[in-house]
Formats: sequence, C-alpha cells, structure tokens
Amino acid sequence: MSIERQEIEKLATLSRIAIGEDTITEVSQRLSSVLELVDQLQAVNTDGVEAMSHPMKATQRLREDEVSEINQREAFQAIAPDTEEGLFLVPKVIE
Amino acid sequence: MSHSGWETVIGLEVHVQLATKTKIFSAASTSFGAEANTQACAIDLAMPGTLPVLNKQAVHYAVMFGLAIDAEIGKESAFERKNYFYPDSPKGYQTTQLEKPIVGRGNVEIKLADGSTKNVRIHHAHLEEDAGKSLHEGGFRHGVSGIDLNRAGTPLIEIVSEPDMSNAEEAIVFAKKLHSIVTSIGICDGEMSQGSMRFDVNVSVRPKGSTELGTRTETKNLNSYKFMEEAIVKEVERQIDLIEDGGTVKQETRLYNGDTKIARPMRSKEEANDYRYFPCPDLLPVIVSDETIEELRRNLPELPDARQARFIEQYGLSDYDAAVIGSDAPMAAYFEIAAEKSSNAKLTANWTMGELAARLNSQDLNIGKSPVSAEQLGGLVARIADNSISGKMAKEVFEGMWAGEGSADDIIEARGLKQVSDTGALEKIVVEVLTANQAMVDDYINTDEAKRKKKLGGFMGKIMQASKGQANPQQVNQILAQKLNELL
Repeated sequence: MSIERQEIEKLATLSRIAIGEDTITEVSQRLSSVLELVDQLQAVNTDGVEAMSHPMKATQRLREDEVSEINQREAFQAIAPDTEEGLFLVPKVIE
Repeated sequence: MSHSGWETVIGLEVHVQLATKTKIFSAASTSFGAEANTQACAIDLAMPGTLPVLNKQAVHYAVMFGLAIDAEIGKESAFERKNYFYPDSPKGYQTTQLEKPIVGRGNVEIKLADGSTKNVRIHHAHLEEDAGKSLHEGGFRHGVSGIDLNRAGTPLIEIVSEPDMSNAEEAIVFAKKLHSIVTSIGICDGEMSQGSMRFDVNVSVRPKGSTELGTRTETKNLNSYKFMEEAIVKEVERQIDLIEDGGTVKQETRLYNGDTKIARPMRSKEEANDYRYFPCPDLLPVIVSDETIEELRRNLPELPDARQARFIEQYGLSDYDAAVIGSDAPMAAYFEIAAEKSSNAKLTANWTMGELAARLNSQDLNIGKSPVSAEQLGGLVARIADNSISGKMAKEVFEGMWAGEGSADDIIEARGLKQVSDTGALEKIVVEVLTANQAMVDDYINTDEAKRKKKLGGFMGKIMQASKGQANPQQVNQILAQKLNELL
C-alpha cells in the first residue's frame, strides 16, 4: 500500500509539521514502507488471539488521591516564550 | 411553528468533572478558582520526560457511576490518545478511552412531567482528562490569547447516551437525572456554573414514522439546562426549515451562545475530526478487581430513586415533595436533619422547598451555604407545629435566623413573639374587645345572617391588635364565633 501525496499533505497539516517540496517524495517512500510492514502484519491470521492494548505483561499502578505537587509557575513560565499575569500567551485562537 | 410532520432524535454526551483532590494523571490540586497556572505541574504542562500516573479515586468514581446506572463495568479498560492541536491542551493530544471504556452499557430511567417514565440507554462512559482554558478577552496585546492550564488534567467521565430522547424536555430531564445521580453518589460537586457538568447535544430530525436517522449536528459545551433547552429548540427549527426549503443538514459541530442566543457552526476544516486515535503507550491496561467492584457496590451511597421512595415511606411526603427534595442530594440531607429536629416532616418539607429555597435562590446561594442551618429550620418548624407561633410570626423568626440572630427559640423569646393559645386568656381578650365595641356588636346582630360572616374581619383585627398580634388566629376565630352566637 502506498501513500498519496495528498495524504502526506493532510498528515503534515494535522501534525503541524512543515514538509518541503524537496522532501515530500522521500517522506512518501518512507511512510509507504511502514505501511507495507503493516500490510504484512495484517496478513497474519489472528483468529482467536485476544487484542492487546499494551505489549507489556503488566497492569497500571494507581496513585492515591493526595496533592503533592507545589506551585512552580515561576520556574515554568521562565522558559515560556511569552506570559502575562500568570497566563501563557499564544497567537490568538478563536473557535 | 407547526412542524408536525417531523420528529426529533436527541443524544447527549455529558462531561462530568470528578470530585477528586488531584488531577487524573498528576498530583496537582484540582480546586476551583486558584490563580492562573498555579495548579499546573510538569505533567499537566507536558514537560518532556514526565509520565502520567493514574488516580485511583478517579477510577473508583467512574466505577461507582457504572454501578449507579446498572452498567457493565470494564474490568480491563485502556487509554488512547486523541490527537489534535489546540493551545489549551499542551500535550497535543487528549488522553481518553475509546476501545475499552471503564463503563459499558447501562440504563437511566427518567420521569416526565406527564407522569410517564422513559428509559434512556447509556452507550458507555469513559475516563478522560479535561483541557485548560483559553481566555480571549483580557488586557492582552492585540492578536494573542491567554492560556490557564489549571483545569488541564482534571478527571472527567464522559457519559454517552444512545439517541433515545425525542424533545428538549426529555433531554433536560435526563440531564437533571444524571446531575442528581452523580451528586448523590458524591463523585461530582454538580456546580454547573463552574463547569462541573457540561453537555454536548446531538440533534437530528426525520419525517415522522421514518426509521432512518437524519444527519445530526453536535452543539458543544452547554453548561446550563436553560441554554440546553434553547439550543435544542433552535437547532430543531433550523434543521426542519433547512430541509423544508430544499436544503440538507450538514454534519457539523456547533456552538450556542446563551447570552446572545446565537448558534453557529464551529469548525470548517473537515480534517479537524481526524483524531488518529492510538493506544497510549504511557499507560498500562487498568484492571479493576471483582473485590474492588463489590466493595464499591456495598458502599455506594443511596441513589435518588431509592431516596425518593424512602421519603414517601418514612416521612409520608407526597410524590411531588419527595421528587423535589429527594432528587437534590444536599437538600435531601438538609431536610432529613431538619425533619428530625422538628418532628413534623410535611411542614419541614414545605419550609425547605418554600421559604428557604426561594430565599437561597434569590441570593444565588446553594443549600450548603445557607445562613439558616438545618437544625435552626427544624427548630422553627417545631414551634409552628406546636402552635407556639403563627405562620406570620414564623416568617419574622425566619428573617431573624437568616440575619444570624440565633435559634428560633432565642428569637421568639427576644422579640416576645409567643403566640397565645391559652383558651382562658383568649376568651378574656375577645370579651374585652366585644365590650369595648358595643356599636360593632349591635351592627353585627342587626345584619342579615348571610352577610354576618363578612363582619367578622373587623373584630379579628381589633382582637389581634389587642393581643399585640400574639393571639392564635384559629382559636380566636372559634371563640369569637361562639361569643357572638351567644349574643344573638
């Protein structure tokens, strides 16, 4: 299964990744080879095999509901591009 | 608006913030109203190298909801990543559940205004995290938005109903029933104004009798019953008008602004709905043991339906009173304490739903913040029930308690409000008033029998005045009628 140019462009938009004209062919080839691998996997008969949501034979550990985090806003905002009155500032987004 | 040829199909997705102390994947506080970004830790901010650790209480609350609606519990559930970019979600995805939700199929029975009941099927309910908040209005420079991530990572369950409702009333009753359930079992504080419960409404229309579903739209993020009702009514109108004018309904996400009453489509980019879900590699499968489920079942607080039935049985309340009080967990708890203290449940119910609820409403207070405690209200009702004070005095005492003047007995004492119910004392007052107003008595005697009743008010006024308003009006009525009869 190969991947069309259009799909690459859509994925790039969804992922917020810029893919230049000069690399689009290469990306397309690479992703196609990933999909070929998936095709191979899908060809295997999995009748009677239970789907798994994680490869490790372990289950999620749960945490007690106790607050232990302290306010570190100053430290986090010191490395943010832009802040004001405790808020992170971003280019305007309105839905 | 005669749209008789059409029927409406409604399904709800309800986001319920769980009343945990900490976030679903971090140990940062979830308390409401903190200064911006002071409760957003490295995990909530998606700092590199952080890993989520699931909150046990959030899992338990979700299971409790499942038990409350008699649903299948997902003994093994798993988390997925729902990918999208928006600044209030720092990770670039929302951690949620898709394939294996923690709560499976269940049922919620709703009772409609005409007394009939209807079953609304729950498709499933899953655990997920809330997003932060974007602030578009503020003192920021032109072209920027402010982001507060305190809410990011607050645990939610999203409850997804089947499209089993057929008008706004049913949707509202269903929403209120869910509110009643989650607050009764204590998994959500139910504060709608703080966004603790938010509703997405899926609406479609189809010709009456058709079995095929029409194209639906989803109106997102409604946080009051009123807005929900308005949004549904408007959307149904819009879809029917559109189709009758020869158009077709487009599947889209819409927003409804309750202040401006304007609804509009939200996203135009169709790829926005391409979330590319995949299993979250940072979280292992979540196992809930049978022992845990049974323990949670044993300790599940009383459900609203059971409580309403008990109120009818135990306190002799009417169906209506039991429904109003019994569906509201904090009001029910308040009522039970007050009724215990007053020993008169019916009268306590009247005062709880009447004077108290009206006053709380007018000052926008919830019953937990009532200046008049349940014990105080019970104390007041006890004095009305034993005839110590009249209904009118009771209102005055209530005012006093609201203003913080103490218990009913303190106020009755301090203001000398004691109602006189002693027959001998009342007879004395009545006779005194009659003697002092001979002209009125003569007039009464000379009046036609049929019209005499109207004259009684004048005597009552004078007697109440003479007793400084303390005479028991029912008794005075009796004594007065008796004394006047003797003069005829």
